Amino acid sequence: MIAVAQSTAEKQAQTLFHALSEVLPTGGLLTQVEQMRPYECDGLSMFRRLPLAVALPQTEAQVAAVLRICHAQQVPVIARGAGTGLAGGALPQEDAVLLSLARLKSIIEIDPLARTARVQPGVRNLAISEAAAKHGLYYAPDPSSQIACSIGGNVAENSGGVHCLKYGLTLHNVLGVRAYTAEGELLELGGAALDSPGYDLLALMIGSEGLLAVVTEVTVKLLPRPQLARVVMAAFDSAEQAGEAVAAIIAAGIIPAGLEMMDRLAISAVEDFVHAGYPLDAEAILLVESDGIPEEVIAEIERIETQLRRCGAVSMRTSRDETERLKLWAGRKAAFPAVGRITPDYYCMDGTIPRRHLGDVLRQIAAMSVEFGLGCANVFHAGDGNLHPLIFYDANKPGDLEQAEAFGARILRLCVAVGGTITGEHGVGVEKIDGMCVQFTATELACFHAVKAGFDPAGLLNPGKAVPTLHRCAELGRMHVHHGEHAHPELPRF
Amino acid sequence: MDDYLEQARARVLGAAAAGTTLRLRGGGSKDFYGGDLRGDILETAAYRGIVAYDPSELVVTVRAGTPLAEVEATLAASGQMLAFEAPHFGAATVGGCVAAGLSGPRRPYAGSLRDAVLGVTMMDGRGEVLRFGGQVMKNVAGFDVFRLQAGALGTLGVLLEVSFKVLPRPEMESTRVYACNAEQALELMNRHAGLPLPLSGASFESGRLRLRLSGNAPAVQAAEARLGGDVDSEGAAYWQDLREHLLPFYAAETPLWRLSVPSTRASFADSQTQELIDWGGAQRWLRTTHPAETIRARAHAAGGHATQFRNGARNATFQPLAPALRALHLRLKQTFDPAGVFNRGRLYPDF
Repeated sequence: MIAVAQSTAEKQAQTLFHALSEVLPTGGLLTQVEQMRPYECDGLSMFRRLPLAVALPQTEAQVAAVLRICHAQQVPVIARGAGTGLAGGALPQEDAVLLSLARLKSIIEIDPLARTARVQPGVRNLAISEAAAKHGLYYAPDPSSQIACSIGGNVAENSGGVHCLKYGLTLHNVLGVRAYTAEGELLELGGAALDSPGYDLLALMIGSEGLLAVVTEVTVKLLPRPQLARVVMAAFDSAEQAGEAVAAIIAAGIIPAGLEMMDRLAISAVEDFVHAGYPLDAEAILLVESDGIPEEVIAEIERIETQLRRCGAVSMRTSRDETERLKLWAGRKAAFPAVGRITPDYYCMDGTIPRRHLGDVLRQIAAMSVEFGLGCANVFHAGDGNLHPLIFYDANKPGDLEQAEAFGARILRLCVAVGGTITGEHGVGVEKIDGMCVQFTATELACFHAVKAGFDPAGLLNPGKAVPTLHRCAELGRMHVHHGEHAHPELPRF
Repeated sequence: MDDYLEQARARVLGAAAAGTTLRLRGGGSKDFYGGDLRGDILETAAYRGIVAYDPSELVVTVRAGTPLAEVEATLAASGQMLAFEAPHFGAATVGGCVAAGLSGPRRPYAGSLRDAVLGVTMMDGRGEVLRFGGQVMKNVAGFDVFRLQAGALGTLGVLLEVSFKVLPRPEMESTRVYACNAEQALELMNRHAGLPLPLSGASFESGRLRLRLSGNAPAVQAAEARLGGDVDSEGAAYWQDLREHLLPFYAAETPLWRLSVPSTRASFADSQTQELIDWGGAQRWLRTTHPAETIRARAHAAGGHATQFRNGARNATFQPLAPALRALHLRLKQTFDPAGVFNRGRLYPDF
């Protein structure tokens, strides 16, 4: 019986491969294990799986054709951009085709007067700004992986970056997309105008982690490049004081272009690595950037310095030129690799909290660090409350990874408990899928499933990611309960 | 206030059982907008008040029945604002503003109402209370169902609470005015928007281009020096009147159209059409006697869409949807409101 089942599966696979190879360019279909290895994980390398096949289309028509073939045979499809995602959103599965958009990488059009760019999904984030630079324009969202990550992936994850407090997320900087449903039907959402009639399906699409449709073209907004940027680095004796300084700056009516915090452990890891000039005796440092026209920046920096001093900064340094500014930022930008040098492995969390809870949350994380016996450095997009605790562990030590995951899950529950979210910018993917059971009720999760089914009734696009089944949540015993009542008493609990 | 929720739930379940529709109504300021008003009114204005506001978090959470003016006054007392400048048109409530999804002159520079919505609590067509998004600026857990409510004209549920991102009020604002024609105005609006200037408004009507500058004083003064033109000492009142449709342009009885198009699209003005350009060229208000099909075809050809905003055929307010998108609308409506309880026909005639 088993032999028969296998041969049927093999026969189906051969039929699929044949159909795909007919529509894909030469070398555009990978089915051998060695060829597919590079695709077995994304930026979250603790999870690895091989796909059934990897499809590498070069045109929008080929993407649509791949989707139609897979739909006809009811084969799941997992879209992948540059594979830099940190939540396993592009993790393959054995019965699914991995659809790489990396070869759709042309910048179709830049309209300098209208300040828009039309690009294919495989275009790298930074490549858009590089192409727009000659017009004095740039694409604002700048996730730390921007030299490698693709705009298609940014749309899937609604990526942010260090400047998103002032300039917004991907959502705020994308005007439209062309996308194909699982059935291979074209959706044109948004466009070159600022809004569209009917429901805002573009907002629904952005950040949908490849569950609703596959994006084949993106129209982005371009902004004028600021003439000047300066950064202040301020050191504090406690994370609470640094947190108060953040609140004071914002309460004073300033929206800094960047507002980052690092704790003592992160500072020492970074100093050791890039020698950015951060004070090693500080409990926390802030990096506060102002950008705009020179007159504006000079005035704003003065006001920022005043607030920092008032809130007890023990030392401060303001960049005098671009070299110094980049040096001050180099530390923050190297924080993850720097931490990677002091621990065999680390696990990066991505919760967001209302900023007023920062002191309390950091204290509780420190206590958990002792409880779990694992170190934890904190880097923080302080302006928008997005916290990245980096949990130290050693994958070669039995039980360490499980401890790190348990520690991480506790942090995310804490974020939800103080009114925040389990993921600020990395996405849910496979990594935080159980956290969704904590953040949403069964009714809300059921609504997400219904939205998904509206776009993809057969559930073929990126199955099992981003939204947990109610069954899974019930099994985990983590179903969120409001006022002691289950939202769906009629549903069985396991 | 739980009374309100209980009453609303009873009305929703009652309407679902009877197969009737409810007409959600906050301040009634946009009764003129969208398809024919159908069904028994469900008043939403009673559920009001500011739930949470901490200026240093840049977030405010309010009950949907709260008057927009009340929220704005509270924010202003802490030097903050809702940057999207939704029109009041009288006694607008927050819920009505979100449902209509309209944004004012600052929209191209500071973002739309939809951009500022961080979370909603709503009641769906089964009487379930659902919470999407949250009270933080960065949140990618789950689909952005909360942003879907902006502009849905109440067809997906009763909004109960909304959290918005807020911004500091600019330290200084000023308006420059230039005499020119529409073509020159569009060229200048777009060229200036590509320069690092603190622009917060750009409009053109009756041979006058106006540029609003907002920011700290040195930034505004530097930009004034660079831009030339004349000072418009009535600038603040002008932008207010533009936002509220109180300019003489809006007073006529001819159909008023709102076109959303690429900012560089040439002027639509002709012998039958008067045009007011807002949003730096991206929003055009037309007073026109052209048939609807002509306007819609022109907007579509330009890469945009046209809304028959006032004095037109109510049941053809919005640009028809492409078949694939229409199908998605019907499925989303079915998801949130399977019995068709909410504002039937207000957005499109068939749901």
